[in-house]
Amino acid sequence: MDTASVTLGEALAGLDRGDWSSEELVSDLLARIEAGNGALNAYLDVDADDALSQARAADRQRARGERAPLLGAPLAVKDNINVAGQSCACASRILEGYKAPCDATAIARLRREGAVFLGRTNMDEFAMGSSTEYSARGPARNPRNPDCVPGGSSGGSAAAVAAGMALAALGSDTGGSIRQPAAFCGCVGFKPSYGRVSRYGLTAFASSLDQIGSLTRGVDDATRLFFSMAGPDARDATTVTLPLPAPEACRREDLKGVVIGVPKEYFPSALAPDVRAAVLAAAETCRALGAETRDISLPHTEYAMAVYYIVAPAEASANLARFDGVRYGRRAAGATSPMDLYCRTRSEGFGREVKRRILLGAYVLSSGYYDAYYLSAQKARTLIRDDFTAAFRDCDAILAPVTPSAAFRMGEKTEDPVQMYLTDVFTATANLAGLCALSLPCAMNADGLPLAAQLIGPAFREDAVLGAAAALERAWGGPTGWMGRRA
Amino acid sequence: MEQEKRANGGNEGMDVRHVALLARLALTDEDAELFRGQMADIVGFVRKIGELNIEGIEPTTHAHRVENVFREDEPAPGLDRATALANAPEQAQGLFLTPRIVE
Amino acid sequence: MTYEARIGLEVHVQLKTRSKMFCACSAEFGDEPNTRVCPVCLGYPGAMPAMNREAVELTALTGLMVGAQVAPLSVFARKSYFYPDMPKNYQISQYDRPLCIGGAVAIEWEGREKLVGLTRIHLEEDVGKSSHFGTSSGVDFNRAGIPLMEIVTEPVLTAPEEADAFLQALRQMVRYAGVSDGNMERGNIRCDANCSVRLRGETALGAKTEIKNLNTFKGVLAALRYEIRRQQDVLAAGGRVAMETRRWDGETGTTASMRSKEEAHDYRYFPEPDLMPVAMAPEQLAALQARIPELPRARRERFCRDYGLPAYDSEVLAADKAVADFFDETARVSDNPKAVSNWMMTEVLAKLAETGRTLAETPVAPRQLAELIALVDRGQINMPTAKSLFATMFDKGGDPVALVEQEGLAQVSSADDIGAWARQAVEENPKSVADYRSGKKAALQFLVGQVMRRSRGRAHPQKAAEALEELLKG
Repeated sequence: MDTASVTLGEALAGLDRGDWSSEELVSDLLARIEAGNGALNAYLDVDADDALSQARAADRQRARGERAPLLGAPLAVKDNINVAGQSCACASRILEGYKAPCDATAIARLRREGAVFLGRTNMDEFAMGSSTEYSARGPARNPRNPDCVPGGSSGGSAAAVAAGMALAALGSDTGGSIRQPAAFCGCVGFKPSYGRVSRYGLTAFASSLDQIGSLTRGVDDATRLFFSMAGPDARDATTVTLPLPAPEACRREDLKGVVIGVPKEYFPSALAPDVRAAVLAAAETCRALGAETRDISLPHTEYAMAVYYIVAPAEASANLARFDGVRYGRRAAGATSPMDLYCRTRSEGFGREVKRRILLGAYVLSSGYYDAYYLSAQKARTLIRDDFTAAFRDCDAILAPVTPSAAFRMGEKTEDPVQMYLTDVFTATANLAGLCALSLPCAMNADGLPLAAQLIGPAFREDAVLGAAAALERAWGGPTGWMGRRA
Repeated sequence: MEQEKRANGGNEGMDVRHVALLARLALTDEDAELFRGQMADIVGFVRKIGELNIEGIEPTTHAHRVENVFREDEPAPGLDRATALANAPEQAQGLFLTPRIVE
Repeated sequence: MTYEARIGLEVHVQLKTRSKMFCACSAEFGDEPNTRVCPVCLGYPGAMPAMNREAVELTALTGLMVGAQVAPLSVFARKSYFYPDMPKNYQISQYDRPLCIGGAVAIEWEGREKLVGLTRIHLEEDVGKSSHFGTSSGVDFNRAGIPLMEIVTEPVLTAPEEADAFLQALRQMVRYAGVSDGNMERGNIRCDANCSVRLRGETALGAKTEIKNLNTFKGVLAALRYEIRRQQDVLAAGGRVAMETRRWDGETGTTASMRSKEEAHDYRYFPEPDLMPVAMAPEQLAALQARIPELPRARRERFCRDYGLPAYDSEVLAADKAVADFFDETARVSDNPKAVSNWMMTEVLAKLAETGRTLAETPVAPRQLAELIALVDRGQINMPTAKSLFATMFDKGGDPVALVEQEGLAQVSSADDIGAWARQAVEENPKSVADYRSGKKAALQFLVGQVMRRSRGRAHPQKAAEALEELLKG
């Protein structure tokens, strides 16, 4: 066994065969974290004793003959998803000392299926960022090249999986926060359709966009975690009761009869040539697998970033109002009135990017500006959704880049918020329209950085995305096959 | 022209101090200065939606809207008090403490 | 110069649900601080609201009772403002798409019926409760998240007493329908008032003030009286009334400007992304329509008509739904509705007041009260026996017929028995006999009492008096 490359599925098969125990898996990962985390800062908190005791409990269950789909499988968890008894600080100073009283619904479901929770992964504070440089606990780095960012906001999860410090990790995706770091680090990042996985217990950034998903070493692991977490939840009114797709439809070997749309708006002249080449090569593989590729248009794409950077901050400004130093988390010293307490606590507790988004959100909702910004953005959001609805009349899934370029260098965009925001340009649309989407590593570029393609599927047709990704991965020689491809 | 006007509601720029007060953020002078420029850039960037003709378009609040999602009126125990107060920065007599509220 | 006032009310009514608006915490009153809380009503990170169906239905029911339009699509919104008793620092409320629009509440005003128009009724969550110590305040979130219905009237009330009549009528209605306990002491009903004054004859409304902290009916009356006088004085002195929010101080009996150092509120409402809209289907509304009880006015009229009660009786009996229901059930199985009314208004209400219990908490069933009255009417027990029997039924329960038999309480009318008791009474009370014979007729009552005592209350009092008169004649 090599925990640096084994997939979650292979690890579980080994547990079933008795090749290794969960305790051995976890110990191995802990050793790797011990050795590697100092350089990468992928994990914020790891309670080794707790992880080992969970693993041993799973091993005992297995010894008693009990079985569960994820029994003994170690997972890393992004620092914004509540795991009972663990910290859940969203990489923010303002939640210092906070301990989650309950499991998020997604965590409770994974726990029921036997998962072991290894530790908390680094992220941009409150998931606001695209590089994991906006973490109060210091930036995470890209394991493929430590001078580059791992992407964000789920950068810690992506780095941990890519660096062999986790077999799989949970992330959250509001505008690309799973897919973009997956693309930068070279792992599979999957965001299910909005409403598929309960958000209860996911610390909200933008409630109408957030979705929990996975970062894994292979497509089948994404499928596995999706089925473990998905389904309606009475605690989250936005989850849907629609049936889940058929699991076999998520495990395709060819793409016969499938129509893949290629939207021209996602291939602007500014797109990095290596990314373009990698995505077009993926289109070629789709055709080789029997798919038809078709040029399509999503005409309102150019407005997506403006819509996203109105809707998400607006919702965030309300969601983050609760961090006030009264009921939990950090409290500033010396305040003389509640007003003083709020201002001091929030000023000390939030980083600059979070403050910028709160300011923007409060502004677009404020008296006199609501119609021009927030309401207009919501209407424009309808146009973006309608684009996809029309496109999916002509195709089963959409193939596009995930990011305008491969991973950028640390510090390259931190001084210019708008440049940082533009890295979400190809991913935020799926959130605005509530679609499922996956980032699939395709090749290595000349600098040894991963390149990825995005598959976007209709809402609640996760099979369209997972099935196509499974076939591509297989065509390239399995989960690690992409590493040998050049673009 | 009409479109232009709609999205130019904030033409005079964001009053960073006022919005910060609404959001209960005390900004240092340095941050206020930094944000003034950055927020102007960002607002300029999102103002792009003003180019769109959105007359008669229904706003999207939920990516997938359903109606009437209810729970039944059945009580269930919540957190015990010790757990509820465990995260409190300051508490006494079972209450969450704040600096005195002046009404 | 004469002035006239225009008053509008915003009434917050706590709904009678078992659990809170957006979580399953108990909505019961009281208990130790912070014992009815969970991640949702404490505004924990990641917690999400789940809407209580009953709260929505009770609000729609209220809408139907006042003839409002229940909106085909109603939306919840976040109202942002920071306050220590507000767990999320936004309140889930409704903004431009409330649950109910329009409608009116009928009140008696200046001897006539008047319809007080409503603007809207919407649903929102309550906040926590703070108490104050030296340099700090403490917050209890037990109340946070309890469903509140906000009823907003048009500014059509013309006097504090009219506002009071409106609140009384509203309270009676919500209690009747089981929408709220309507207990002002427990904060079930809280109220803000808008108030303006203008010269009589002017058509535009004057500048209004908003008065907060009106938590008792008396407070509403006193605050409005004070505020109207204050505004009149300002106008009479040639001044202008400032548009502002004022706080009623029940102790000093004055309102004072709540001059906030902060900016004017900007609530930044936007649709709540965590909750789906409510769309009441016609069949749901029909089901709610069936839940509307007969309202007080209809009931008063029916009591007069069907049971031949005087208007006064109907008014007293219909005031409280539990009392009215009990009367109704009793009167329906009794041959003597007026006697039922008398019993209800005297013995029953007195016993309830004395013990602080509600009818639901007593073991007496309407059928039993009807039987008790029938026993009296048939002459099987006398009135004093009936009253003591009722006390037993009220305290311990029991069937009157069975009790009469068990305790041997049946009225005794036989001339032999009564004659024997009367003779004893005469023999043992020579002074009273002498008094009677010397013309003090009142002495007879004492002797009747002696007969009743010997009969353990069972003797027919009229027959006892007759027997005594007969004996004393001689």
